[in-house]
Amino acid sequence: MAATDLIMYEEEFQKIKDVISKLRIDANANVVFLVDKNGQQIAATGDIESLDTTSLASLTAGNVAATDGLAKLIGEKEFSVLFHEGEKDNIHISIVGGRVILVVIFDERSSLGLVRLRVKRCSEELNRIFNQIVEKSEKEQAKGGAFFDSPFAEITDEDIDALFKD
Amino acid sequence: MSFINYSTREINCKIVYYGPGLCGKTTNLQYIYEKTNPAAKGKLISLATETDRTLFFDFLPLDVGTVRGFKTRFHLYTVPGQVFYDASRKLILKGVDGVIFVADSQEPRMDANIESLENLEQNLVEHGFNLKLIPYVLQLNKRDLPTAVPVDEMLKVLRYKDEPYFEAIAPKGIGVFDTLKACAKQILVELSKK
Repeated sequence: MAATDLIMYEEEFQKIKDVISKLRIDANANVVFLVDKNGQQIAATGDIESLDTTSLASLTAGNVAATDGLAKLIGEKEFSVLFHEGEKDNIHISIVGGRVILVVIFDERSSLGLVRLRVKRCSEELNRIFNQIVEKSEKEQAKGGAFFDSPFAEITDEDIDALFKD
Repeated sequence: MSFINYSTREINCKIVYYGPGLCGKTTNLQYIYEKTNPAAKGKLISLATETDRTLFFDFLPLDVGTVRGFKTRFHLYTVPGQVFYDASRKLILKGVDGVIFVADSQEPRMDANIESLENLEQNLVEHGFNLKLIPYVLQLNKRDLPTAVPVDEMLKVLRYKDEPYFEAIAPKGIGVFDTLKACAKQILVELSKK
């Protein structure tokens, strides 16, 4: 397969959750979530009970991908920030380190300026964590990949069939 | 590129339905959506034009259960089939784990099938994938139509490697789940090799 799979371990996952929780409070936002560029949700925090986060993640990634395409057409590398303004709620989307998408949903209790400021700070931190994840994977792989023992290594035909018995 | 989260013990895989315009990609997803237990599925999202032609993609998240303690979910996407939407099609193939090619069995659509298959091959290359290597299933849809080309003739021109193939009538659900299962199975087997 072309790209390496993204594998998230407890330690980094916790760090990421802490960083976005802090962002939510600092920016006075309702929801903050992190999506990879393929539309998979990585982490979310805030008032997410009432939200369909899976669909949000997929549409966000589609949105970013389409905007990326637009950027390339006019000779830009990317548009690193997208902002959608609604009557009550707004969505601020930014690309972190060129690989993940940070989404902040906020209403009139916050402002675009505040969100932009806090997102900028938080992005640096997230970028650092993602660099660590990559580094860790490379190191572990160099060691012989013991860390990468896939939980699916011993998957059997029965396991797969069991998934689909209606 | 599947996403494995060891922390929440979840694994998400992406399957893309590809094929020429009006071959039944969206219909496949709609049937799966209708027949799946509400607890196991998310919303079916269709970004379509006013005439119900897919504009960007359809999306359906599907929970299939647990493998080795990991909650397994497939994200099903369709591409817009019409030729001029190629830029959008390319975007959707990003990070794909498996592809289902839906071919239209009607005789006048054979050229469109071939063109779409070549387009798939090229677009995958641009993302660094090789159709020869990734999980792949061929579906021969619209078998009930009077101008349907015989199966062996279709296979002669459309079978790319020794991929599994299924005859289907998507609105009635014939072949729909078999196709999906075959693709999902290949993806999980691929994961187990890593």
